Parts: sequence; C-alpha cells; structure tokens
Amino acid sequence: MTTTAYSAPAEQYDYEIIKKFTIMAIVWAVVGMFVGVYIASELAWPWLNFDSPYFSFGRFRPVHTGAVIFGFGGSALFATSYYVVQRTCQTRLWGGGLIPFTFWGWQVVIVLAALSYVTGYSQGREYAEMEWPIDILIELVWVAYLAIYIGTLMKRKQPHIYVANWFYVSFILATALLHTFNNLAVPVGLFTLKSYSLFSGPMDAMTQWWYGHNAVGFFLTAAFLGMMYYFVPKHAGRPVYSYRLSIVHFWALSFMYMWVGTHHLHWTALPDWASTLGATFSIMLLLPSWGGMINGIMTLSGAWDKMRTDPIMRFMIVALSFYGMSTFEGPLMSLKDVNALSHYTDWTVGHVHSGALGWVAMISFGSIYHMLPRLWNTQMYSVKLINVHFWLATVGVLLYIVAMWISGIMQGLMWRAFDDFGNLQYSFVESVAAMHPFYAMRAIGGLFFLTGMCVMAYNCYKTIRQGQAEASNAAAVAQAA
Amino acid sequence: MFKKFTHEKIETNAGWLIVLTMFAISVGGLVEIAPLFLLDDTIEKVDGVRPYSPLEQRGRDIYIREGCYTCHSQMIRPFRDEQLRYGHYSLAAESKYDHPFQWGSKRTGPDLARVGGKYSNEWHTQHLIQPKSVVPESVMPNYPWLMSPLDASDVADRMRALRTTGVPYSLTQAEFEKNVKQFGEDHARMFHIPNAQTNLVSQAQAGNYDGDNTSVSEMDALVAYLQVLGTMVDFSKIKPEDLVKFR
Repeated sequence: MTTTAYSAPAEQYDYEIIKKFTIMAIVWAVVGMFVGVYIASELAWPWLNFDSPYFSFGRFRPVHTGAVIFGFGGSALFATSYYVVQRTCQTRLWGGGLIPFTFWGWQVVIVLAALSYVTGYSQGREYAEMEWPIDILIELVWVAYLAIYIGTLMKRKQPHIYVANWFYVSFILATALLHTFNNLAVPVGLFTLKSYSLFSGPMDAMTQWWYGHNAVGFFLTAAFLGMMYYFVPKHAGRPVYSYRLSIVHFWALSFMYMWVGTHHLHWTALPDWASTLGATFSIMLLLPSWGGMINGIMTLSGAWDKMRTDPIMRFMIVALSFYGMSTFEGPLMSLKDVNALSHYTDWTVGHVHSGALGWVAMISFGSIYHMLPRLWNTQMYSVKLINVHFWLATVGVLLYIVAMWISGIMQGLMWRAFDDFGNLQYSFVESVAAMHPFYAMRAIGGLFFLTGMCVMAYNCYKTIRQGQAEASNAAAVAQAA
Repeated sequence: MFKKFTHEKIETNAGWLIVLTMFAISVGGLVEIAPLFLLDDTIEKVDGVRPYSPLEQRGRDIYIREGCYTCHSQMIRPFRDEQLRYGHYSLAAESKYDHPFQWGSKRTGPDLARVGGKYSNEWHTQHLIQPKSVVPESVMPNYPWLMSPLDASDVADRMRALRTTGVPYSLTQAEFEKNVKQFGEDHARMFHIPNAQTNLVSQAQAGNYDGDNTSVSEMDALVAYLQVLGTMVDFSKIKPEDLVKFR
C-alpha cells in the first residue's frame, strides 16, 4: 500500500454518506465525552448540579451514555461499515434514498433522545432510556440499515463475503432483535412520550440485561471487531493472521454473547438457574474474545517496526490490548463470588470504560485516522497531533480505570466490613466520603481523554479543509489545462 | 448434502450467513427468558404485595423521570452485611407490579428497596430539597423543583396503560370486587381507575407528606412512593424455609 496519493474512486463508491457519518462520529464524541466529564465532576463536586433539573446527574447521565454509545459509536459504525462493505464487495452502496435516511434518522434519534432525557422522559432502562416514539424511529432506521447492508452484499463483485462483514451483519441483526424485545411498552397515550414497559420484576430485569449486556456485546464489540478485521490488516499491510480462527471465534462469539446478560443480576431476585447460566457462558466467552484479540495482534506482528513511527498503529495495538484486558476482567467479575464484591460499585464503571475508552474508542480513532485521508483524498494534517492524541487518550484511560478499581474495591470492602462486635464497621455515607479523591481523579482522567478528542477534532477539521483546498486546486489546474 | 456443506458456502451466500447468524443469536435469549414466564416459582407466593396507589405510582414516575436508578438500587442481596444495613433480601414478588423494574446497577447512594418507614416524611422532604442539610457528606443533587404542583390530570390514563400490562387496576365493578377479595376493600378502592384523581388527592391530603396541605406537590407523590418501598411484605409472618425453594 502506498502512503501517498490515495485514490478516491468517487464514482465507484458512495463516499458522501461515509464522510457525513465520520464527521458526526467526531462531533458526538466531543459532545458525549464532554457530558461524561461533566457528570463525573458532579459526583466529585455536587454543586455542579446547579439545582437545575436539566443538569442534574440522574437526567444527564443517559445523555452521556446515549451520545457516546449511539452518537459516537453508532456513527463510527455506520461510517466504517459503509466503507468496509463497499470496499470489500467492490461495489457501490445499494439503497438509494434509504442511505441518507439512515444518516438523518440516526442523528435525529440522538438529538431527540438527549432532549427527552433532560426534559424528564425516560424509560428507566439503562442504555434504552429512549421513549417509544424514538424507539420506533430507531427501528425504522435500523431496518433501512439492514436492507442497505444486505442489498450491498447481494450485489458484491467478489465471490466471498469478507470476515469483517460477518461481524457487521451479526451486529445489525442482534441489535434489531434486542432493541425490539427490550422496548416492548404500553404508551400512556398517543400524544405523550410516557410509556410503561410490558414486563415487570424479574422478567423485565432479565430482558433489560439481555439487552444491556449485548449493547456491549454486539453494538460495542462484534461491530468493532468488524472494524478491526478490516482496518488492522489494511493499515498493517498484512493479511489476517488466521482465517480459521476468525471463523471459529465469530460463531462462538455470536452464539455465546446472548447468554451472558444475567451476570448483571447475580444474587438478585432473578432465579438462580438463570444467573448461573449467565456466569457459565461469561467464563466460556473468554475464549472467543481472546480469539479475536489474538487474531488482531498476530496480524500486527511482523509490522512492529511501524509502532515506532506510526501513531495510528499504536491506537490499534493499544485498542486490542485493552480488548484483551477487559474481556479477561469481564469473566472474572461474572464469577458470583467476585460479583458479590464488585456489583453496585465503581469497579463496574471502570470495567465498562476500559472497554469503551480503551477498546471501542481507540479502535475507532485508529480506523478514522486511517479512513479520513482516503475519504478526502489527502494526507492527515498532522501526524504529530495524532501522537499527542494517542498519549492523552492512553494516560486518560489509565487514570480513569485505576481510580475506579481503587474506589470500587474499597467501596465493596467498606460495605461488608464488620467490627470486632459483629456490627457494620462503616455507615454508608462514610463510603461516599471516601470516594471523593477517586471521583476527582476519574474526572481528571476523563478530561485527558476529552482533550485528546478535541485535538483529534481539530486535526480532522484541518485535514478536511486541506483535502477540499487540494481538490479545488486540482480542479482549477484541470480547467486551466 | 451435509458432506458438501462447508463454511465456504456461508462465506459465499448472504442468505446462509443471515439465517445461521440469526439462529446463533436467538438461542440464548429464548432459553433464558421464555422459561421465566412459564415456570411457576419465578415469583414467590407471598401475601401483602399490592399495586401502587395512584399517588405512589405518580411518585414512582418521578423517581424514573429524575433517573434515581442511576445511583440507587432497589435490590437487597442475601448477604449478612446487606441484611444488617438494609433488611431482608428482596423478593421477586416485591417488584411484580414494577413496570419497569428499578433494581438498579449502581450504589452511589444506598439501596432503597426497604427505605419505606425508615425516615419521617419531614426528613425525606428536607433531604430531597437539600441533601447536604441532613447528610453533610452527601453528593446527591438538590431537588427543589419537586415542591412544584403535581400534574395529576393523566393519572387515570397512566393506570389504564399499566392495566394493559397486567397490573390489576379495576375499570369494571367485577374487577373491583375481585380486588376487594385479593387486597381488601380499602386498597381495592385505591385501585379503581374511575376514582383515580380523587384517590390521589385524598391520599396526599391525609398523608401531608411535604408538610404543605394547600396543594398536591410532586414531593407528596415521591415521598409517598419512597415510604411504601419494601413495606408490603410482613416478614415476621414468613418462615425462611418457605422462601428457599424459590431461590
């Protein structure tokens, strides 16, 4: 692969939609991470709630999760999947008017969701807080997305469907299934957003965490593995290490992930058999997860020299390392005895962020840095700034998860500590007070990550302007000739 | 036929890829979710659990609106420390009328599954307006806007929607009679949808949760909800061994 002059076959591929989604991925990342740093700061310094319903932690937290998961993650997935499916199938995107609908529909979803949370409309289900009209819009966008993806696969000019596409297909199908069943609800009226979920108690809990963990498993893992399977080999200029391994771990991952949600419900009123099944599958899931990690890292092996010179490569290798780390930590936390300590504490929050920042965000950064110059037919404005971003992001994640490990384990231990007379040693509020330094440390870690993100946004903005300038120069030259 | 079926076939045929992936991702959910509805012992048979009164249900709506579940759980686990701190472990039956469930996943603040009756109404009102005034180390936001009037106009619509999901609020005389048998007359009256608004106001007046009896505030509703949490089942009447088979 040459490092100069990327050809942009604009007629062959639909790049417009990819450009739009890429820009919005960056915008939502800045917005979502800013809100994340803000709510983290609210926990450290509660006056930041400003006695305002619109900024209070409880209403603001889903704004953060919605903007980063569905805004940033979702837009990055739309962008990369449209890029990958076209390039690996060597065909233009199928779908006509459906294609811009997925873009505008999805952006409207993110904006409406955020507005509805701050004005007090929420289903009260984590990562599925959107009320029913927004859910219906998501469903429509998703069906269009599925149709576009399959339509494009069908008219491919390659006999094989490349492995990255399997993961994207699995993610699209699973998200449709999960979204539909987890959002079954009875609206209070046709002209109000408020609804009540169809299920209650343990059935509702089971459905929600079947969804909740697979928002992680498919939205934030399978799909990003698809991203990894295209961009890592492409950027390293090496073939995927083991095709056989990718087959085995694809099917194992798709099958097993759907079972593990109940590890969020250990020791609760959910029947024991269900949570035990969840724990069993969580432990087995280590194998397919590491299958993906090993395949990615071994693909990079042999291109290690690029680690010194190429910060994009660093993003990818660190992303894979965090993926391996958090998919080891996950099964560990799904053991009932460990979960008895870790559940309800910041340890869970730290675990989620080592996956979300370390793996999901880092692999997205690497992929976007790879893709952006090719979309605008130019070079990245500054490789040095990519490097700055890399270090800000890495230090940020480390500060974040170390803070949450300490505070989470300390919380868990304080809650269960007994004094010599068999009484509880600490009141609850003593554990709250003990969290303060770590909440401050976490906010600072988040600030590092956000700063890195702003550097990326600036770098990408300059790159796009540069690409546009080059294009108009080229056009002027062509005209003069 | 099977001899010829290699992975090559899936890689070259989008139809196979979709069908087989769909199969792979459907099994887990089916095996774990469907039996919960079919097995008899998913929810314990205990006395006392009842639907929420109109005022309590509106309080619960506010609890969800403010995202309280992002910091408070409502699920006590069967450990000695939790028993001492919060009380008897939570039963599935205690959330059987909870649409949606609010078991939560994080305790930035304490569990609330049995907070009912632990503090006075005055304490709750003061605490919600300004938590630090009663718990100096608290990191909970202030909720002064809860003192604004409660919009009770659509409470009957809300109960009707809940009735559709299976909560036994009554619309007809027959349903009312059935509730009288199951929950007693006082409660059955509360669950009668045609009287929802009157019932809501009269409970707020009688309870005077926010200390201001001139109007019904959101605070009245939220405190009424908090005060009923975990109080429905009388554990002095239940032998631990009766619950074991449901675990």
